[in-house]
Amino acid sequence: MTEPETQAAINEEIAAISKAYAAAGFVETQPRTDYPPYRSSLLRHPTKDLHHADPEGVELWAPCFGERDVDPLEADLTIQHGGEPVGERLVVTGRVLDGEGRPVRRQLVEIWQANAGGRYVHKRDQHPAALDPNFTGVGRCLTDDDGTYRFTTIKPGPYPWKNHRNAWRPAHVHFSLFGTEFTQRMVTQMYFPGDPLFALDPIYQSIVDPAARERLVATYDHDLTQPEWSTGYRWDIVLTGSRRTPMEDT
Amino acid sequence: MNATPGQTVGPFFHYALPYDGDRDLVAPGTPGAIRLHGTVYDGAGAGVPDALLEIWQADGEGHVVQRQGSLRRDGHTFTGFGRASTDRTGEYTFTTLVPQGVDGALPFFAVTVFARGLLNRLFTRAYLPLAPDASDPLLGSLDPDRRRTLVAEPDAHGFRFDIRLMGEGETVFLRYPGH
Repeated sequence: MTEPETQAAINEEIAAISKAYAAAGFVETQPRTDYPPYRSSLLRHPTKDLHHADPEGVELWAPCFGERDVDPLEADLTIQHGGEPVGERLVVTGRVLDGEGRPVRRQLVEIWQANAGGRYVHKRDQHPAALDPNFTGVGRCLTDDDGTYRFTTIKPGPYPWKNHRNAWRPAHVHFSLFGTEFTQRMVTQMYFPGDPLFALDPIYQSIVDPAARERLVATYDHDLTQPEWSTGYRWDIVLTGSRRTPMEDT
Repeated sequence: MNATPGQTVGPFFHYALPYDGDRDLVAPGTPGAIRLHGTVYDGAGAGVPDALLEIWQADGEGHVVQRQGSLRRDGHTFTGFGRASTDRTGEYTFTTLVPQGVDGALPFFAVTVFARGLLNRLFTRAYLPLAPDASDPLLGSLDPDRRRTLVAEPDAHGFRFDIRLMGEGETVFLRYPGH
């Protein structure tokens, strides 16, 4: 067995890529799929450029989800069991918008996350932190007519992983999103402001542009915080591009 | 507006994204049902056991369906959307209908690929092996070796569509305007 790599070695790789990116002067807004500091990506990224395609047929539409699919109670991750989950109760809300800033209405948002101790209800998660019998960490909702989603959950903990020795993921909530066109389909992660693990995390740093990375960080919003009940975070999501213009819709 | 960046689906999506009936756009055994299946391979030729695929397709008459019910299948509503996680060998399977082309275009399944280790989702198309010819704008823009990666192969119960994330025979993945 080879010695696991150190955080310092990963930091050096991250720094070298950041430096080269800054020198290139070309803005990238999405993560690189070829990002060696995230070791699991080494054999799992395309080596050829993505091929240009104009969306056609079904791609110009998105699957339709609605009240038949989602129970409103699924938006509250703190009421799925007999008692209150451990951790900081919070509300996370925001709007799903297309590239033109128009709301994505009545569309599905799915989330999943670790519990307050940084443990997932997943057989592959071997982190020896407690499972919480009152928390599964899965939620769904539909956006409203203004594109707004809203979940009640608890703040997930950071957790260790095996990318390198002493690797820890910043606390995050996974988000799965649909737009009004299938080409807008995306999965991402929402982070919490000021996390000390940001600089050390190759998944977060795979978005090499600092301003683009920050778009994944929610904002604490005291107006959303409810007295004696929960804290509040706001996070808007902008999907790529936009659907056909209204003119073409008619 | 600047798009929000994607991130990997990670290793722990299995208790969140899959759901009962996710891969069965029609119930197995339905008249006309076919199997769309294949293996997702990594750059070393190994199956990817922690990938998730979604398909989105027209129905058998070439109509784009806008019906609820993908998450709670009722056994008779075809919604056109399906989701399948790969098994330990990297194999996925959907039970569905053969799509017809929309507005006279060649029929295809729109496919999205997610996986642990894959930092952003990938889009591709699985064309039916009917008459994949150079008159299609996308297929016509590819040389034959690469074009082949977008065409499903017929087999006993439907079609096989393998996905090679990287390296030899790498699947053509798509970038749409605005991406």
